[in-house]
Amino acid sequence: MSGVRVLVGTRKGAFVLTADGKRERWDVSGPHFAGWEIYHVKGSPADPNRLFASQTSGWFGQIIQRSDDGGKTWTQPGTPPGEPTTGPDGMPKGESNKFKYDSSSETGKPLTTHQWYDGTQHPWEFKRVWHIEPSLTDPDTVYAGVEDAALFRSKDGGKSWQELSGLRGHGTGPKWQPGAGGMCLHTIVLDPSNPQRMFIAISAAGAFRTDDGGKTWRPINKGLNSPYIPDPTAEVGHCVHRIAMHRSRPGVLFMQKHWDVMRSNNAGDLWQEVSGNLPTDFGFVIDVHAHEPETVYVVPIKSDGEHFVPDGKLRVYRSRSGGNEWEALTKGLPQKDCYVNVLRDAMAVDSLDKCGIYFGTTGGQVYASADAGDNWAPIVRDLPAVLSVEVQTLP
Amino acid sequence: MIRVVLPSHLRALAHVRGDVELEVEGPVTQRTVLDALEARYPMLRGTIRDHVTQERRAFLRFFACAEDLSHEPPDAPLPDAVASGAEPLLIIGAIAGG
Repeated sequence: MSGVRVLVGTRKGAFVLTADGKRERWDVSGPHFAGWEIYHVKGSPADPNRLFASQTSGWFGQIIQRSDDGGKTWTQPGTPPGEPTTGPDGMPKGESNKFKYDSSSETGKPLTTHQWYDGTQHPWEFKRVWHIEPSLTDPDTVYAGVEDAALFRSKDGGKSWQELSGLRGHGTGPKWQPGAGGMCLHTIVLDPSNPQRMFIAISAAGAFRTDDGGKTWRPINKGLNSPYIPDPTAEVGHCVHRIAMHRSRPGVLFMQKHWDVMRSNNAGDLWQEVSGNLPTDFGFVIDVHAHEPETVYVVPIKSDGEHFVPDGKLRVYRSRSGGNEWEALTKGLPQKDCYVNVLRDAMAVDSLDKCGIYFGTTGGQVYASADAGDNWAPIVRDLPAVLSVEVQTLP
Repeated sequence: MIRVVLPSHLRALAHVRGDVELEVEGPVTQRTVLDALEARYPMLRGTIRDHVTQERRAFLRFFACAEDLSHEPPDAPLPDAVASGAEPLLIIGAIAGG
């Protein structure tokens, strides 16, 4: 019988939640990497037992972990315990945690500065990996979105990382600025129909697209309106929180911006607002039903100053029309005295029939719906604050 | 034999319990001790010193013999008691965060 594996990153470790296809009884494993912030855990579509995790700490820096057995055991790629510290070529191991901005004159871009919170310029400094996106086809290829914003790629299963410096070198870097969470590249969307095309999003620079496998990039922010920057319709500077795509229709994108829920029908060339009747159009997550490309989910958050759900009610909103008309989904979710947030990487959908929807909260709950959002139940209630949720549909 | 005491998160990462004991060739300094530590436990690279700049990470401190050595030059000799193994080099996470 098919099943699901939910990968949860929290402020104090990672958890793996598994169930059969009914999605009623859950096995909870963890905490893995106890005490560390796990910004993201994601499995390879090409090899579902291969998982990558971003383990990070303000004290100890960035660690990349990999599992090749579905999360039972983990190792830092390239440095298994007890192995020699250098490979046959004499090169040192222990490189899997090394994210070095490419500033070489041949392949890289000079490290410029970006805008700081107060509008002054500030040097680029690596802090952590926010998002890991494994290749759709090659289990050894994986992308990492980092703070300060840049995109890295590994072609050797996470052992070593190289920056795709055309993005940071786009030329608009001095206009990029950190959002409240830092200047992070948090979204990487791969186009299943075109391996040369991918989309990324940065808070607060906006969305970018490459059509040549990451060599060159262009901002795709036309149609966005952000009153919190000097020119509300500027080419860059927008605080995009999340982008989602349905794999059957990769030219249609949905976006949860700082404020505003947006849609593009032309791969980001132009966006239009589809916030419609949402109680507030601030939020972080957005996702698309696995089988219905016009069915979209968001979790409205009260405001940029009050990062919790409005009216003390945890409500997922679903549109079956690709935006504008939204319905509140509340069955099984707290509708009184609830003041949690749902962070940008903390929603996922499985591909079972019926489609399962999952999300995690800053209060440590992970909720699941096995019927596309009609009914919800907590898988776990008392984890550390949830940073990310991914789900794998297993055969 | 040099003794190094790691914070618990780094002990877990390196799969060690208790103090780490290291042989260090030549002068015993912060740099030579950390080089020896990272050579034996490569998974610790980047966790004590920045992976690129090799500077001490901001929220880590180096203590020994009741002294704070965090701001000593990396090539300055460590106290004789550390070099002889009588006292450990303590790598401590700053208390920030409580």
